[in-house]
Amino acid sequence: MAQLLTAGTAAPNFTLHVTPDQLLTLDDLKGKPVILALYPADWSPVCGDQVTLYNELLPEFRKYGAELLGLSVDGVWCHAAFARDRRLHFPLLSDFEPKGAVAKSYRAYREGEGVCERALFVLDQKGVIFWSYCSPIAVNPGADGILDALERMAKQRDIHDNAQSSSHAA
Amino acid sequence: MTTLKVPVTPHDHAKGPPNAPVTLLEYGDYECPYCGLAHPIVKLIQKHFGQRLRFVFRHFPLSQAHPNAESAAQTAEFAGVNGKFWDMHDGLYDNQDRLGLPLYLTLTSLLGLSELELREALVRGTFAPKVRADFLSGVRSGVNGTPCFFINGVRHDGTYAFEDLGAAIEQQLRAHVMT
Repeated sequence: MAQLLTAGTAAPNFTLHVTPDQLLTLDDLKGKPVILALYPADWSPVCGDQVTLYNELLPEFRKYGAELLGLSVDGVWCHAAFARDRRLHFPLLSDFEPKGAVAKSYRAYREGEGVCERALFVLDQKGVIFWSYCSPIAVNPGADGILDALERMAKQRDIHDNAQSSSHAA
Repeated sequence: MTTLKVPVTPHDHAKGPPNAPVTLLEYGDYECPYCGLAHPIVKLIQKHFGQRLRFVFRHFPLSQAHPNAESAAQTAEFAGVNGKFWDMHDGLYDNQDRLGLPLYLTLTSLLGLSELELREALVRGTFAPKVRADFLSGVRSGVNGTPCFFINGVRHDGTYAFEDLGAAIEQQLRAHVMT
């Protein structure tokens, strides 16, 4: 399994297609936590379960103000068909050309197969990786790790904010 | 090792003695075809282990993929407050290909419960919070698809074939005898 970029590293910026005529730039999401879910391929059974689960959890992620992004090397039309079939309500990014360039920058690319690892990244508001996890390729990692990370991040922010406001008061 | 984060409480639907040496807990979705396949296997497991096993069921409806899963879960909860959870549970799985209000009403009336009250509960979403709480407890426990089983609080990562589930339960029983 790949050695992913780890906590404390600035998340590499990227601009990728989310639909055939729409681009998304990671840096535009600064100010919000971002969940970046890399997965090997649309339509494969495990990914199907994984995206279905995350789709169901969007309200929980939004409680933390977090944005969820899926990412694979599939093309935009493939993503569009997959998202429609599974009724997904979050963007799927297409790391298609040059193939896997973004996955490589996160050290989450499988050269042999030419697909992304099944890897999760939670980024903080400043775009720094707070937590990352690489799952065995055939295992759906679930969402417990993501929710734990979002919760810990929110707590740390509260402590930080409180410390700042009390130092201002003093 | 993935473990159950929310322990079994009296609010759970449980069948079998509370002090049974083994508790088998399932997170399931009434519209999930794999849960439908697992249902008769769970029945066989319960029969096989008898009083040595307690079975607990929690809801894990993937409602974006399965449009009837949520209403079916709420219907089971409605039957549950009227003491008929397991009858409704079996009725829903046995008629998985016909989920929807007409089936819920038929089952409700067969169980001698009020169809009007069921309609009202579904419209008001009376049992939605309970179903959501089950779902979230599963997510926090690492449920990544359905059916997902926990045996004495540890996720069972094997298959739900009778032999696999049975062997994992046997192992817990042996561990219980040793201690």
